[in-house]
Amino acid sequence: MTGSLDMNILTKTVIFLSLALLLNGAPAETIFVTLEKDNALAVVDGESAQLVKTVAIGRRPRGIALSPDYRRLYVAASDDDAIQIIDADSLTVIGTLPSGEDPETFALDPDGERMYVSNEDDNLVTVIDIAEQKALKQIPVGVEPEGIAVSPDRKWVVSASETTNMVHWIDPKTLEVVANTLVDTRPRAATFTSDSKQLWVTAEIAGTMQVLDVDSKQIIKTLTFKIAGVGQEKIQPVGVKVDRVRRWGYVAIGPANRVAVIDAQKLEVEAYLLVGHRVWNLAFSPDQSRLYTTNGVSNDISIIDLKRHKVIKSVAVGRYPWGVAVKP
Amino acid sequence: MRLLHYLRAMRGIVIRELWRFLRQRERFIAALVRPLVWLFVFAAGFRSTLGLAIMPPYETYILYEVYIAPGLVGMIQLFNGMQSSLSMVYDREMGSMRTLLVSPLPRWFLLTCKLLAGTAVSVLQAYTFLLIAGFYGIEAPWEGYLWLLPALIVSGLMLGALGMLLSSFIKQLENFAGVMNFVIFPMFFMSTALYPLWKIKESSEVLYLLAEYNPFSQAVELIRFALYGQFNEYALLYTCGSLVVFLSLAIIGYNPSKGMMKRKGRG
Repeated sequence: MTGSLDMNILTKTVIFLSLALLLNGAPAETIFVTLEKDNALAVVDGESAQLVKTVAIGRRPRGIALSPDYRRLYVAASDDDAIQIIDADSLTVIGTLPSGEDPETFALDPDGERMYVSNEDDNLVTVIDIAEQKALKQIPVGVEPEGIAVSPDRKWVVSASETTNMVHWIDPKTLEVVANTLVDTRPRAATFTSDSKQLWVTAEIAGTMQVLDVDSKQIIKTLTFKIAGVGQEKIQPVGVKVDRVRRWGYVAIGPANRVAVIDAQKLEVEAYLLVGHRVWNLAFSPDQSRLYTTNGVSNDISIIDLKRHKVIKSVAVGRYPWGVAVKP
Repeated sequence: MRLLHYLRAMRGIVIRELWRFLRQRERFIAALVRPLVWLFVFAAGFRSTLGLAIMPPYETYILYEVYIAPGLVGMIQLFNGMQSSLSMVYDREMGSMRTLLVSPLPRWFLLTCKLLAGTAVSVLQAYTFLLIAGFYGIEAPWEGYLWLLPALIVSGLMLGALGMLLSSFIKQLENFAGVMNFVIFPMFFMSTALYPLWKIKESSEVLYLLAEYNPFSQAVELIRFALYGQFNEYALLYTCGSLVVFLSLAIIGYNPSKGMMKRKGRG
């Protein structure tokens, strides 16, 4: 009796352990990285954490995003003044979207029907109907718009202008700017929390990350960063991401070569993780167990294990990696 | 019966050394304080100086503290190797060495036992250091700590053999300080313990060659790779080769009819 019970426990343990091992294994996801200087797209295999291939695309590719069904990649080819549509399997360019001049960053709405593009030189946000492949409207915003985000509840589009130091709140129904919030110097990137209640905005020159309350459109917290052994002039926050359950947030701090780990409940910096040089943009893996960073100067991406908050590997990808997107 | 005899002698020598080590609490603390000062004070100042390139066995960018940790483990073993030979000079002055050497067992065996004893002590010190470093956030993958053990034994024996060889040249305790200055420090600084080879090469080709062929460098690299669960074949062969050379010379050195003891006895 005891013997069979022991066997039972043993079998269960073995099954559990093998499952745990399976789950612990690296995910079979594909990481796409735009290479600003190589005019190319780098493809990295998540399982082996190795560069699989590099595909030539438009000139000076920067912003990148996947369609919600993961079948298409959108890449802002800045020097071609267009957003390229790339088939996510064959990696061939299958079309372009009229983005206006020098597109750098853009955001998709949660349904993948519309795209909002920042036109830095013209102080505009271009709204594109993706299915029709045409521009619906160009919305005037502040000087040098860059960071752009759509709230998951589809109620807001925000555009952050680097020189005006403002976040512009656009109503997606009327496509008009309905409110503005003054933020710290040179806002670069913005992201909504998954509940659409907060907006996180990084300020590159001020060296801060600000959290805004969406209802009141007021700043509720300004986070500063201090890293032992790193000069304050190197604290230049850019990319920002918050996980689905709003437990942790991550900020790429540019030439400080660190990603700040932020407790998204307390809104406090928890740790700094060392990655490659001039880290700018971040992307979660689909299951949010990993975070990928593009390191523009060291020409690589770093892979962060989010369960342990450890950088596990850095992979050389090509010159000036800029944007990153992950397909399951 | 004969084997039993050998084992009993080995047990006696190792236990005596461990006892001595545990009884001298100051020595244990001193052996830990030295690398910890390097880690917390020296390395802290240079935190961000590395992180310029990724070099094996590391797969991503590291802080200087992470780089220097295996080097400090090597430092523990280097000092320990020298210190146990210091104790041999002491034993010789006090006469307990004679008691050991008059035993019917072969001299090489007795000296090897002495080496093993010293290495056992250094392994204890190294793991204690890594435990403290672990609390400070310098962690290696868990399997690395297992692979480290054989690496520590090989490197500990090699550095111990070097110390033993040096001690055969030394007649009196006082002379040992000179050896510390002329052997330990150059060996430590001209190695990969503090800077990676590519960094040394940037400043001086001569220094680079000295560091490359310094047996201590290879011991440190063996430790470094093992700590990250990787095997560095070249470092292992180089360290083992150095061990054989140093140990053979030390055995000759301790031979009263041929070695240095005889020559010194005359003088």
